[in-house]
Amino acid sequence: MIRRLILSTSVSALALGGMPAQAVEYGTLQAAKSSVALTSKQMGVAVDGHFKKFNATISFDPAKPTAASARIDLDLNSVDAGSPDANDEVVGKPWFNVKVFPTASFVSSSVKALGGDRYEAIGKLNIKGKSQDAVLPFTVKQDGSSATFAGSFTVKRLDFAIGEGAWSDVGTVANEVQVKFNLVAAKK
Amino acid sequence: MTRNRYTATAIGLHWLIALVLIGLFGVGLYMTGLKLSPQKLQIYSWHKWAGVTVFLLVLARIAWRIGHPPPPDPAGMPRWQVVAAHGVHHLLYLLMIAIPLSGWLMSSAKGFQTVWFGVLPLPDLLDKNKELGDLLQAVHKFLNYSLAGLVLAHAGAALKHHLIDRDDVLARMLPISRFLDKNR
Ligand code: HEM
Ligand code: HEM
Repeated sequence: MIRRLILSTSVSALALGGMPAQAVEYGTLQAAKSSVALTSKQMGVAVDGHFKKFNATISFDPAKPTAASARIDLDLNSVDAGSPDANDEVVGKPWFNVKVFPTASFVSSSVKALGGDRYEAIGKLNIKGKSQDAVLPFTVKQDGSSATFAGSFTVKRLDFAIGEGAWSDVGTVANEVQVKFNLVAAKK
Repeated sequence: MTRNRYTATAIGLHWLIALVLIGLFGVGLYMTGLKLSPQKLQIYSWHKWAGVTVFLLVLARIAWRIGHPPPPDPAGMPRWQVVAAHGVHHLLYLLMIAIPLSGWLMSSAKGFQTVWFGVLPLPDLLDKNKELGDLLQAVHKFLNYSLAGLVLAHAGAALKHHLIDRDDVLARMLPISRFLDKNR
């Protein structure tokens, strides 16, 4: 139930101009096919992890992409940071501090079309009580009855005080953390 | 010409590798007990880098050994001792190869690629797999304890040759043997 995609027709898209006949909207996240992965760099070595639980609310009308909106919530308790050791560590106070900040989110404020199937979601990234402007480039691939929203972006962990104290040494764990998302939604 | 000493290269490699192995063994025992910290990640990386370095040194050593047979065993050494000594030497070579290999494979299975000195990535021959990673960790540990046991026996035998048999076995493996080498 957490991996649910609520696809709501954006009110403004309805109110203004109406929709072209071929407009298709996508909804219902296909949880098994969706993923939010992260790659950190430890001592110069890429270490892969992912989030097991996340929630996405996307409104996307191919005919009016700029009216699209998205909200992604990550359950930080569900993180797999690459090893049992790291999983115990990363939920703790110096890192995500999940007791106080259980979720991280991205909330879009606008979407820009970059041509072809490429777009950019502009909005705010909220992690550990801190909010930063973020731009998430993504592609949309329509495949019969579903669409895939895929992209990746880099988070500078220290911007959000992720990894405090001794861990703020970026020579051991790099500041840049790559986040890769692949959200598959069925046609509404 | 039959020398009654090991070549300087063989001696240099023997002691260099022995020192690094003993150091790595100690570091290995120490680091696994640490709580996760930047320091632990650093020590793990250094352990892996030094282990890969030993592996390369051992390959060089074996290549050298093929071209440079060891000096003959002391005359009158009992047959069983000759067999035991050569058997242990072969096992030591085997373990010096198998331990770094098990470490490398373990790291791959645990999802941590080995990048030699942070520069040269070694390929991951295994995909990430927790059970396999834990198994290889046990294998790495077992091989290491086997090495430790054999090295103790090996060093004990060397000392026995020197102190009890009073032959030149230890001297011919020492860098400075002028005073110890009784056949010179
Ligand atoms: C060739 C010399 C090496 C020696 C003498 C050595 C020795 C050891 C020892 C004694 C331990 C502790 C075992 C335990 O109590 O669990 C250890 C752990 C470890 N070794 Fe090595 N090692 C060597 C090479 C390597 C290499 C080449 C790698 C990887 C590329 C490696 C990776 C590891 C890792 C990851 C652990 C920690 C396992 C854990 O988290 O428990 N080692 N090593
Ligand atoms: C990690 C530690 C060690 C390893 C892996 C190791 C390994 C070996 C190997 C493989 C050989 C055979 C060389 C050959 O004939 O190709 C050898 C020879 C020898 N080692 Fe070690 N060794 C270690 C430590 C020591 C120590 C601590 C001593 C002395 C107390 C020692 C004394 C000798 C001697 C005297 C020889 C020559 C034996 C002979 O002439 O037949 N080694 N060692």
